[in-house]
Amino acid sequence: MVQAEHLRKTYGRTAVLDDVSLDLGAGEGLTLLGPNGTGKTTLLRIVATLLRPTSGLLRVAGADAVKEPEAVRGAIDMVGHGSWVYEDLTALENLRFWAVMGGHDAGEARLRAALEEVELDASADQRARTFSAGMKRRLALARVLLGRARLLLLDEPFTGLDRAGRKWLGEFLLSFKARGGALVVATHSFDAGVGVADRVAILAGGRIVLDRPAADLGLEDLRRVYDELAMGPGTAS
Amino acid sequence: MAARALGWLTVLALIAGLGAAFGWAPREAVQGNVQRIMYLHVPAVLTAYLAFALVFVGSVGYLLTRRAGWDRLALAAAEPGVLFTGITIASGSIWGKPTWGTWWTWDARLTSTAVLFLVYVGYLLLRGMVDEPDRRARAAAVVGILGAANIPIVHFSVKWWRALHQPSTILGPEPSPIAAPIAAALLINWIAFTLLFAYLLAKRMEIAQLEDTHAG
Amino acid sequence: MSVYVRRAWMVVWKDVLAERRSKESLNALVFFSLLLLFVFQFALGPERARVEAALPGLLWLGFILSGLLAFGRAFLIERENDCWEGLVLTPGDKSAIYLGKLAGNVLVMIVVEVVLLVLFAVFFAIDFTPFLLGLAAVLALGTLGLASVGTLFGAVTAQMRARELLFPVLLLPAVVPVLLASVSATQTVLAGEPLAEAAAWLKLLAAADLVYLVVGVLTFEFVLEG
Repeated sequence: MVQAEHLRKTYGRTAVLDDVSLDLGAGEGLTLLGPNGTGKTTLLRIVATLLRPTSGLLRVAGADAVKEPEAVRGAIDMVGHGSWVYEDLTALENLRFWAVMGGHDAGEARLRAALEEVELDASADQRARTFSAGMKRRLALARVLLGRARLLLLDEPFTGLDRAGRKWLGEFLLSFKARGGALVVATHSFDAGVGVADRVAILAGGRIVLDRPAADLGLEDLRRVYDELAMGPGTAS
Repeated sequence: MAARALGWLTVLALIAGLGAAFGWAPREAVQGNVQRIMYLHVPAVLTAYLAFALVFVGSVGYLLTRRAGWDRLALAAAEPGVLFTGITIASGSIWGKPTWGTWWTWDARLTSTAVLFLVYVGYLLLRGMVDEPDRRARAAAVVGILGAANIPIVHFSVKWWRALHQPSTILGPEPSPIAAPIAAALLINWIAFTLLFAYLLAKRMEIAQLEDTHAG
Repeated sequence: MSVYVRRAWMVVWKDVLAERRSKESLNALVFFSLLLLFVFQFALGPERARVEAALPGLLWLGFILSGLLAFGRAFLIERENDCWEGLVLTPGDKSAIYLGKLAGNVLVMIVVEVVLLVLFAVFFAIDFTPFLLGLAAVLALGTLGLASVGTLFGAVTAQMRARELLFPVLLLPAVVPVLLASVSATQTVLAGEPLAEAAAWLKLLAAADLVYLVVGVLTFEFVLEG
């Protein structure tokens, strides 16, 4: 689903990403761990075709992400820092807008069903301005449900959620995977991020310092590795 | 090496241009020596148009290929373009003072050149506001393309607007039947200015490339 | 209805809905028009002949100043919650978004223009009724020209620093032809001459509109990438 080879992104002389290679199969879940400021968001935005890499090769959903971004855009969806929510539109209106823009079925029954699935049906006709961060993220996930994305990119999706919210989101992501969708979850929070992963990669200082199947590592091992490698940039030697 | 040769050729051409403008070309009968400013004014405006055409080419080239070289071409053409429109306006003003008795008049040619000047000063300002090279190049390219497409529209609108408010009693900077030596002196100066522009363009592109590779 | 038109329409629908609920722009714009009227009055003095002579210019000055404020704001809504990202990732031809935003800007301008005309009619006791048809033609062409460049440059500058300064600096020189043509044509119309007298100007406006629209449609996807 994602094949990245030697990706590099520089701003001036600073390299935000340095020689990043990744290989993610269809239906696979990757958790991208790393402290803030290590290039997780940049990597996610490059995979989403929102940014161009300075160099390197990137294929997403079988298409060259630099040369044919349009082909990639039809196959992916994203829940970034912002949730693409218009504050003065209701939940239902927000969904309708993105459904039409994405070229999906925007029938009201279908929209309401999606809202029900993310447990927002009671707030369907309320303006998004009144929503909490967690509700806005659910609204974004309802948008994902309407599409036909084969790859979902999430940037810090667990931030700002309470315990129940994290659990709910974890289940949502597992069910997305169960339907054959691939996932990339970028997060700095160790505990929340690992649950949905088939693979765990740790990004530190713009480089991938570890990339292993989650099953190979016990949770405690992984935590130790993460703390050692990522929490103290520069000490990772 | 090639740039050096071009530099020397430019110097020679400019000297020849000066000689032609002040020595060889005769004193114009009606306007006197004031007319000689035309040897600066006309080549400057022609070179400016050439520059803005290249901004257009560079802009389109960048959007189609996303290669930084095209953006460097657009930038390297825009800066001398603004310089040459500035020279056009200033020389027009200096010519206008003894001829029309005023530094500035809303003459069609001066006005449309001034509008172009403002458009491309805006273009350069915009470039200064963005740090990320690709974003800067894309934004600038869009403004550069619209600016170039706008040139004929500006030209006609200003010309008609002048005709509407003051029927053409004022002669443009060019006297109508141009004598052969005057035309030749103009041609020499025009060639000299084009060479100067080519030299500036080459040097500016070189500098921009150095900037790109070293600082970003 | 094709997908392209549906997308463009969706952008208009969304912006109109959001504006109707937040009333962020329109209320302030209408109030701004009223303020302009006072400014014009104070600048020109009470003499009626001066106002009448300057009327076409004043009208377009009012329109373009309001337009500067309105167009500069049109893309700000997309910056909230990263909606801009969503638009970039929207599959298909991005110029649908440009045309939707353009239509929204034209709608706002129409409201502002009607308000300004009514205010002029009331405060300066000017009867526009005999000229309405001609005026509508000039306004339609002129507004389209202003808005097509304004929408494009509004998007170009939306994510930039010093945006509120840069935007007018870019837009004003670019729309000089629209201004010259519109003011001249308005002058002809308000003098009670037949519209045919302004035909050359209207043709110029139409040509300019076409050129700006084509450039906007062709280049917008590069602007949107942010």
